Amino acid sequence: MSQKVTVRKFDAVIVGAGGAGLRAAIQLSEAGLKTAVLTKVFPTRSHTVAAQGGVAASLGNSEEDHWHWHMYDTVKGSDWLGDQDAIEFMCRKANECVIELEHYGMPFDRLDNGRIYQRPFGGHMSNFGEKPVRRSCAAADRTGHAMLHAMYQRNVRASTQFFVEWMALDLIRDAEGEVLGVTAMEMETGEIYAFHARATIFATGGAGRIYYSSTNAFINTGDGVGMAARAGIPLEDMEFWQFHPTGVAGAGVLITEGVRGEGGILRNSNGERFMERYAPNAKDLASRDVVSRAMVTEINEGRGCGPNKDFVLLDITHLPPETIMKRLPGIHEIAVQFAGVDALKEPIPVVPTCHYQMGGIPTNYHGQVVVPGKRSQNEIVPGFYAAGECACASVHGANRLGTNSLLDLLVFGKSAGETAVEELKKSPKAHKELPADAFERSLARLDRLNTQKDGANVHETQLAMRRTMQKHAGVFRFNDLLKEGVQKILEVQQDVQRTEIKDKSQVFNTARIEALELDNLIEVAVATMVSAEARKESRGAHVRDDAPDTPEHPNGRDDANWLKHTLWYKEGNRLDYKSVNLRPLTVETIALKKRAY
Amino acid sequence: MEKEQQRIRTERLRWHSRRALLENDLVLQRFWQNQPEVLEEKQAALLERLLEMEDHDLWELLSGRRDADDPAVQGLVELLRQPAVQ
Repeated sequence: MSQKVTVRKFDAVIVGAGGAGLRAAIQLSEAGLKTAVLTKVFPTRSHTVAAQGGVAASLGNSEEDHWHWHMYDTVKGSDWLGDQDAIEFMCRKANECVIELEHYGMPFDRLDNGRIYQRPFGGHMSNFGEKPVRRSCAAADRTGHAMLHAMYQRNVRASTQFFVEWMALDLIRDAEGEVLGVTAMEMETGEIYAFHARATIFATGGAGRIYYSSTNAFINTGDGVGMAARAGIPLEDMEFWQFHPTGVAGAGVLITEGVRGEGGILRNSNGERFMERYAPNAKDLASRDVVSRAMVTEINEGRGCGPNKDFVLLDITHLPPETIMKRLPGIHEIAVQFAGVDALKEPIPVVPTCHYQMGGIPTNYHGQVVVPGKRSQNEIVPGFYAAGECACASVHGANRLGTNSLLDLLVFGKSAGETAVEELKKSPKAHKELPADAFERSLARLDRLNTQKDGANVHETQLAMRRTMQKHAGVFRFNDLLKEGVQKILEVQQDVQRTEIKDKSQVFNTARIEALELDNLIEVAVATMVSAEARKESRGAHVRDDAPDTPEHPNGRDDANWLKHTLWYKEGNRLDYKSVNLRPLTVETIALKKRAY
Repeated sequence: MEKEQQRIRTERLRWHSRRALLENDLVLQRFWQNQPEVLEEKQAALLERLLEMEDHDLWELLSGRRDADDPAVQGLVELLRQPAVQ
């Protein structure tokens, strides 16, 4: 069965309507370009809504601050894996982007003098790491939500055309490698379209759903990352994922660090307060990575709880009920809803939980997708841009600082849009012809799914993937587990290639959408496992048991061999590497040193 | 025909249960596991109203921090709030 494909022409097509997609769209539509935004869900239902902490900008509204200090913090936070040109660009652009947002109507919290109120946030310091600085701009605890609303309204004003409840399927590239748009499915009809565009921008967010325990909403299936991989674009630094120590086991919902701050204690299956062994002074209040590693060690050594011994317990039963209800509102309800326990009487099952994807589609700081070529390691893929969590500019390197994610999507969403506008002005108005096989990959995938017999169950296969990732490439990594994990995830990949859906209907077929999403997730999962197995050092969020802290390799980091970006190619499941750009745009290099706080 | 319309309406609601916040996703996922393949009309109408809400507001209802103004909607919220069985 081969479906009809309707072609629609736009100057630009953007996939994803979270923060990065909406910001890029403003740039294009306000320049008078005909811009389509495809999105699986209504724009203000994007996962950017979940971002609460704020957006970093060195406005200096409450105390002295400077973009150069912000840059230093970001490079250090990245464990020196971030590209210093992109980081300088982002930190310098921060103020402009935040002020613009204010002009779009974003209701930032304010000081009495009317300026934007700023609060401190982990890792953000003044004067090159000296003391905490107030740099985060927020709108109560709904920063991401307010940001999306402000930018959506601005897009409506600029006549951006939204295609809501459309799922992009594949990138269209011609023989020269130029990107000419995407294929997509309209969920309401199941019909297939091609969006033929002179600029294609991916802003599809992260793929945190590859892990069993993830804070990410169900929509975060790495669609853009998967599409890019299938189209021959390498994925950069996919071994780096940020984890939070305490997500509710089996659900992923975050239990705030405040719970341990109020006296919550982590216990293993023997009821032991195990953090006393790992961090005798700080105990349960040790830093996120230390706590996460201790939890994984307890589980791996057989002291986990539950029938599968795969979680530990967060105990607040010794705290007065009034303290819990007053100081930790919401925690009681989260425990009831997602763990089925009354936290006043029973401990809460928790595991380290995936939160943010540092790697992604490789771009430069202009938002252009770049790949190694004959002339350089960063050759531009004509017509293709990416921004936000799906992209790797790389500003977060091996570890992201809080409040830099909202900044990333503003700065690079704008930058990708701006660059696309400039490129479109330079290039001829006519669309380059679509290649004869433009829709082939998508139609073959759909045909396969519609005709598969005796195939694999989508939910079971997805669960196998998520469990494999959690066990073999979690927050704390072991050589044997990683090696075994590579084999296991490749086996899961075989099942993904033969998934079967019973419901073949055309209209809002959620089962089909989930099977197509799994095609994207598995690319991310394989890239992550293979990249993580290969990197034989510890750096930022990638922490290996066999690369410990030694005087020669502080924190297990091995700059002589591993100060480089990983590139994973789907074709041949192979790895390549490229150097980190240590040269900023205007200032001196922030020199390598041990990352310590 | 009417039955087909109601089936499509149900499928649309199933997709609209994909939310911006994981908390809402999980509560709605649990709800769908205990529903017939096609929702009855009254239930569908209430769910439509609930799913039109912004995600933070929806979570305020689902986490019991606030009640819905309409008792009928609140009835559905109570059903959604029935916690996981260990």
